[in-house]
This record gives sequence, C-alpha cells and structure tokens, in this order.
Amino acid sequence: MYSLTSSRLMTGNEAVAYAVKQADVDFISAYPITPQTIIVERLSEYVSSGEVDAEFVPVESEHSALSACIGASLTGARVFTSTSSQGLALMHEVMYIASGLRCPIVMAVANRALSAPLNIHGDHSDIMGSRDSGWVLIFAENPQEVYDYIIQAFRLAEHPEVLLPVAVNLDGFTVSHSSEPVAVLEDAVVRSYLPRNPRPRLEYEEPSSFGVFALPSHYFEFKVEQERVLRRAGELVEEISRAYPNSHGRLVKLSKFNEDGRIAVICMGGTTGTVRHALKHHGLEDFSLISLKLFSPFPGKELLEALSEAEGVVVMDRATSPGAALPPLASNVAATLYEGGVSLPLLSVVYGLGGREPTLKMVLEMLDKAEERLRARGRAVSRMYLGYGGGVA
Amino acid sequence: MQVSKLLDLYGREGLSPGHSACQGCGATIAVRQVLLAAEPPYIVVSPTGCLEVISTPYPYTAWRVPWVHVAFENAAAVASGIEAALRVLERKGLGRRHKIIVIGGDGGTFDIGLQAISGAFERGHDLLYVCYDNEAYMNTGIQRSAATPIGSVTTTTPAGKRERKKDIVSILVSHGSPYVATASPHLWKDLANKVRKAQSIEGPTFLHIVAPCPRGWYYDSSLTIKIAKLAVETRVFPIYEVENGKYRINYLISRPRPVEEYLRLQSRFAYLLRPENAALLEEFKRWVEERWNQLLKLAAAFPP
Repeated sequence: MYSLTSSRLMTGNEAVAYAVKQADVDFISAYPITPQTIIVERLSEYVSSGEVDAEFVPVESEHSALSACIGASLTGARVFTSTSSQGLALMHEVMYIASGLRCPIVMAVANRALSAPLNIHGDHSDIMGSRDSGWVLIFAENPQEVYDYIIQAFRLAEHPEVLLPVAVNLDGFTVSHSSEPVAVLEDAVVRSYLPRNPRPRLEYEEPSSFGVFALPSHYFEFKVEQERVLRRAGELVEEISRAYPNSHGRLVKLSKFNEDGRIAVICMGGTTGTVRHALKHHGLEDFSLISLKLFSPFPGKELLEALSEAEGVVVMDRATSPGAALPPLASNVAATLYEGGVSLPLLSVVYGLGGREPTLKMVLEMLDKAEERLRARGRAVSRMYLGYGGGVA
Repeated sequence: MQVSKLLDLYGREGLSPGHSACQGCGATIAVRQVLLAAEPPYIVVSPTGCLEVISTPYPYTAWRVPWVHVAFENAAAVASGIEAALRVLERKGLGRRHKIIVIGGDGGTFDIGLQAISGAFERGHDLLYVCYDNEAYMNTGIQRSAATPIGSVTTTTPAGKRERKKDIVSILVSHGSPYVATASPHLWKDLANKVRKAQSIEGPTFLHIVAPCPRGWYYDSSLTIKIAKLAVETRVFPIYEVENGKYRINYLISRPRPVEEYLRLQSRFAYLLRPENAALLEEFKRWVEERWNQLLKLAAAFPP
C-alpha cells in the first residue's frame, strides 16, 4: 500500500482541498467564512491553474452556494462546497432540500461556534443545529482523517443506493489550521476508487420534474423512505471503506482505544486525540475511548457492542442543546442504551464552546472526577461543564 | 428565427394542460407562450410560487420539459449551478449544455429572490430569467409585494398600498445585463420574439411579463387578456426593451387610454377609486406619467 501513497505536510483545510481536487470534482460553489475559507482559496487556485477541471462559482451567500450545488448536482455533476458556523446556519433551509432531492453533494464543515456573541473559534454548535437535515455526518480527528474521509464521502454519497449529501466535519482551527504529514494517494488511484455512476438528472430528452410538492397523501412516505435510505448509507460504510486503497485510512463508524477500560469515554473530532493521549501516557487503564466517526446515521448497534463490558459512560459534547434533556451526542447515546435495554451511569460533559480548547490538564481533571460522579449518582445521569469558569463545573 | 405567425410556434408544449391553475390565470398563459417560443434543449427552474404549486402536485407533473424547484429565494442560484455544471460536463464529455430559463413570480423576483438574481447577473451566467408579475403573493392569498402598485388593496394592505412598485427593469439594466425587456401575453408575437432574442444573447437576460390574476386582482376570468392590453394602452405597463443599455419602446402609446379604464375593471382598485381617495389616485397617475416620461427620455438619450 505504500506504493500508492506519498506524504505531504498539510493543514486540515489543505487536506480537504487536496482530496477534492483528486476526486475530479466538476463543480464547486462556496462563500468565504472563517475558518473554512482556505479550503475554497486552495480550490480556486487548483481550478485557476487547471489542476482540476471544474467550475468554481463564487456566490453571494452560503444559501446560494448550497442552492447552486443542488442545481449542479441535478445535472449529474460531482459537487463540493464547504462552510462554517453562520454560513451553515444560513444553509439550513437548503440542507433539507439537498437531502430530500437526493443530491450526493459533499461538504466540508470547519466547525465553529454560532453567534451571539460573535465567535470565530471551534465548537460543534453549527452542525448540531442541522443534525436532523437528513445528511450523512462524519467527524474527522486530524488532517489525515479529513483527507481519507472526504474521498470516501464522495463514494458513499454517490453510491446508487444512497444518493444523499455527506458532510465531513473538522474542528475549526484545531484541525482546520493544524499541519501534519498526510499520506495521500496517487491521483489515478483516487480516480479509480471514484467511478462515475449514472443517476437521474436534468436532460431535455428525458424530462423529469425535481422538487415537486407533495400533499399529506404522499409527504410522509417521502420522509420515511428518506430515513430508510440514510440508515442504508450507514450499512454501506463498510463496503465503501473496504474498497478504499489505503487500509489505514478506512472510514469506520467508531474506533476504540484501551478496550478493556471499565469506563468508556465517547468523543468526536479533534479532542479525541487529547483524550487518547491522556489515557495512553497517564496510565489510565480504567478508561476506554470510543471515537465516533459517524454521527448520522447514528451507529447504535456498533456502539452497544463497544459498550458491552462498560460499567459507566462519559459522553463529551462540544455543543449544548439549551432546554433539552441532554446535549446532542449524549442524547443519542442515552437513547441507544435505552433501546438496547442497557442501564449504565452516564456523565454528560459539555466542553470547548467557542474555542475554549480542552487542555490535557482539563481532560485529566475530568477523568479524575468522572468515576466519583458516575458512582455518586448511581445509575442516573450527571452533568459537567469542562473548562467553564476555568475548571470543572 | 423571427416569429410572425402562430405556426412558427408549433412545437413541444412545455407546460401541459390539466394543471390546477385558476381559470384565466395570466401566469400560465405567459409561461405557455415563453416555452413555445424557447429554443430547445432547455431546462426550466422555478422558485416557490403559484406556478410550482399548480404544476407539480405529486405524483403528477404538468412539465413536459426538465424542471426543477428548490426553494423560494434561490432560483437564480440554482440556475447558476446548472448552467456552470453543464458547461464543465460538456467539456468533459459527461453531459451537454442546455439553455436555462428561470420562471418566477414577482415575490420570488422583486423581493425574496433579489439577492440571488443580483449575484447571478453580476457573475454573468448564461440564462434567461422570466418574471411573471401578478403584483402580489397570490399563492399565499394575495399579500403585498414590492411589485404591488400604489393604491392596490391586498390582504396585507387593506387600505391600499402606499408605496410605488419597485422598478425591477432598471435594477437589472444597472447590473449590465445585455438584454432586459418587458412583455404582455396579449402581444404574443412580441413576447415570443423577445424570448428568442434573449436566448440568442450570451449572458444573463431578463423578461418582465405582466400576468393579470383574476383571483388577486378581482376581475372576471374572461378578462385576463383585455386587462393585460389595458395595462399597456394606459401606459401602466410600458412595453420596451433595453439591449446593451440602448432603450427601444416597442409600443409607443401616443394617446393613452384613461388609467381609470384599467383600474375600474379590477376590484383591488375599488378603494383607490373612492372619491375620498382622490389624492392616492393622483399619486397613481403621477407614477404612471413619471415612469413613461423617464422612459421617453432614456429612449431619446440612449437610442438603439
């Protein structure tokens, strides 16, 4: 497999752009927003220099960016966009339409906090606001995963049984702006991994109507069918990742570390690396780490398997759901446990809002208090804000 | 090819009969004419609105041509994407270029869709944007839009609108569009030839069509074409075209019919015609006169 790859120093954003270029993308439309901007800057350079034969449409808003992507996708083109934060919020309406019209658009989201107050730094509030929009949602931990997952996202999105949009999430700044060596595939290898599959499209000789309106007699069936297809996308992850030429970079629904630990820490995105480091270098054998790569469709079955020996679970959310019973990841985990008939004490940790990065010290402090919190509350749920007010609240 | 007789329009009907538009709907008459004149192959893009709702109640569609609707405010952005994507697919041998025709109402054009239109025209996409203007949000039940004329009663202007209609044509001309024109379904040859002309010109072009609405303008559905004709002959809706900044008035109305002839047929103006609202009526007339005089000046200053 090493003959297929070479190593390049890249930030998360550069890894996105490089993967999109190699994917032989046809159409890109985007609008500048921090911390995603570098992705489209690089892609415009690739288009301008002829390194990729694509049209780059620099639109006047993110709403128009995703709208243009839908139009382009319905011609059969391979389509990419990227955004962050307010830009994603502005796309919100169109995200539901992209999935409803079964457009296999791939989007990179350099996750960033939502206003107000205005904040350009990393957290997952943006994508969690659109988590019910019917997209496949993938979270990458580092630039290498970003690169590998973008390429596999095209394969998954364009799978004839899927035809759904896929968003690959990378933490704003911590992943989007951090450089590391990334093993990249040869162009030809990526091309052969991403064949062109025919799909329904706009063509005068075979006229179809896209975006019709459906009354109560049919709308419900459309939506349930869409949910079924999203579940099917989850089932197909293994198939599309098994074919991925770099076996180290295959998309998994979740990955495990310290499997024998009694208490499982569930985390997504860049912070996973900090938690793994803490477990590895501080002798915390009581803890295992479950790094969730696929958030939607939620891999409940795999998660239950991974938790089969666990005595407690710590769920780290980089977003809040004000007014809800639990933040988004914790509520999915709790529902999965309930569905599996498993009763485990659960500690819901909200961390890192607006770019307050969880340091190693903070993570160690969290783990130090976790066991006590889990035991003290018996089988109930307890909550923690990590880094709030400078400590553990 | 110039359209001079009905036979010149013989071809594929883009919008089939049997859709659920109201009897006498000016919009569907206009759309039928646009599509009969349009040169294939083409793709139609519509924002949300009457046209979309009356033509596509699942599992039926009235469209015999490729058609797409995404949302209300983004038809021009969707069209931009289709146009640019087909350009690259043709280059790569994976598809072929089509002509793009956006057909939207005044709400999706003058109001909520204006930003996307501005973006598409500034970027210079090769497309024809057709606005069928029925001067209010008819699909949601006759609410005022920026295209509603002064004095008109809508469900959100129960005492008549106080503001003038937005001058959409000037906005598109200011974008540097190579071809912006107005048309009326009663002048079908003029309308058809403007569609062909617009399609023959590379870049973003715009056609503004008056589309009387029996339901929202409150008149008998048999009068649609008559009312369109009166709109033109009273100078309420001037028929002209702007090609590369050069103005040509296609129907020079030298002796206009009294505006009241147009207003009286429509109950939306009943309030405006009450004696106590004489000042508002004067304002309506001043608007018609000022626009016509401005058009004459522009045509004199920038002749073809």
